[in-house]
Amino acid sequence: MSYLASISQGAVHTPYTVPTPMMDALQVCLLVLVAAGATAVVLIRVPVRQVLALSLYGLLLAALFLAFQAPDVTLSELTVGAVILPVLVMLALAKVRAQGSGHPSGDKRERDP
Amino acid sequence: MSVRTRTWVFLAGIAGLAACYVWALTGLPGFGNYPGPYGDILNHVAVAQTNATGVVSAINFEYRGFDTVGEEFILFITAVGVSTVLRHLRDEHEEPDGQEALTATGPESSDTLRQATILFIGPVLVMGWYLGLHAQTSPSGGFQGGVVLATAFLLIYLAGQFLVFRRFSPVAIVDATGAIGAGGFAAVGVAAMLQGLPYLDNFLPLGTVPGAVSSSGTIALISFFVGLEVAAAFVLMVSELLAQTLLVGGRR
Repeated sequence: MSYLASISQGAVHTPYTVPTPMMDALQVCLLVLVAAGATAVVLIRVPVRQVLALSLYGLLLAALFLAFQAPDVTLSELTVGAVILPVLVMLALAKVRAQGSGHPSGDKRERDP
Repeated sequence: MSVRTRTWVFLAGIAGLAACYVWALTGLPGFGNYPGPYGDILNHVAVAQTNATGVVSAINFEYRGFDTVGEEFILFITAVGVSTVLRHLRDEHEEPDGQEALTATGPESSDTLRQATILFIGPVLVMGWYLGLHAQTSPSGGFQGGVVLATAFLLIYLAGQFLVFRRFSPVAIVDATGAIGAGGFAAVGVAAMLQGLPYLDNFLPLGTVPGAVSSSGTIALISFFVGLEVAAAFVLMVSELLAQTLLVGGRR
């Protein structure tokens, strides 16, 4: 246990290469943007636009992770959140639309509620 | 239940939730303060023990390798599930002349999109392989590399060539790649057991220079297999969905 304690004392901190206040400002900005992006994704009701917002939100989240020194998570979020997930949802939407075409109510989802 | 009662039940619930949430927030460690011992311990010992400077990969593929096997098979089973659900059903039919009709009247890509994507395909492939093969040196790894590789196949489709996409990713080869990736990861663990070591123990030489591409033993090997599996799983899922969307007609 003393071994664990001794290691915990000397925690590794990677210093930022830019002044800390600048980094703080960047992190706060990104946190606000991510919160706004998440709200936008929920509020947008047109599926196709919602997917685009989701992709943008993934991009913001990736930038946030980078600002918080997590490059591994940034890469995962960038590829999955900003590219693959929107593509999968988009394809599903296209399939639903193809099945709904010709149906009188098929165009309803195009309009804003 | 009347609207009035419902509102009260909702308000009571939300008040309780808010109270618990605030209570939990006050108990959080301060911003940027990491209280647990494991991160600090690993930061001290990981490079010396594994010769991998990508400590995150060392954790993923070595210290908690068994968890990662589980995650790997979650993705594998997801891909299997998608291709099972999206298989051609008995009462569905592939559009007659679907392929010809697609090339003739299918969604056309603009020239700008086409040329931009063609420019990107090569660099994206290189990037994917780079990420997948450098898990031991820098922030990257098989998962990220695999997804980037799958994106390259997506770009082929975006260049307006669904048929070329299908030609470059025949289902049989993609299936086999995924199976080799997932099975390879598990087999690395079994190979350690055959030598009398614990499952997924790092039995390969670690190399002499920390952070060299040839260092870190099984970490690099596992990352390679993960890359294969992830790329195949995503290509399979996207191509199944594309085939459903573009080629399969509705029920007769």
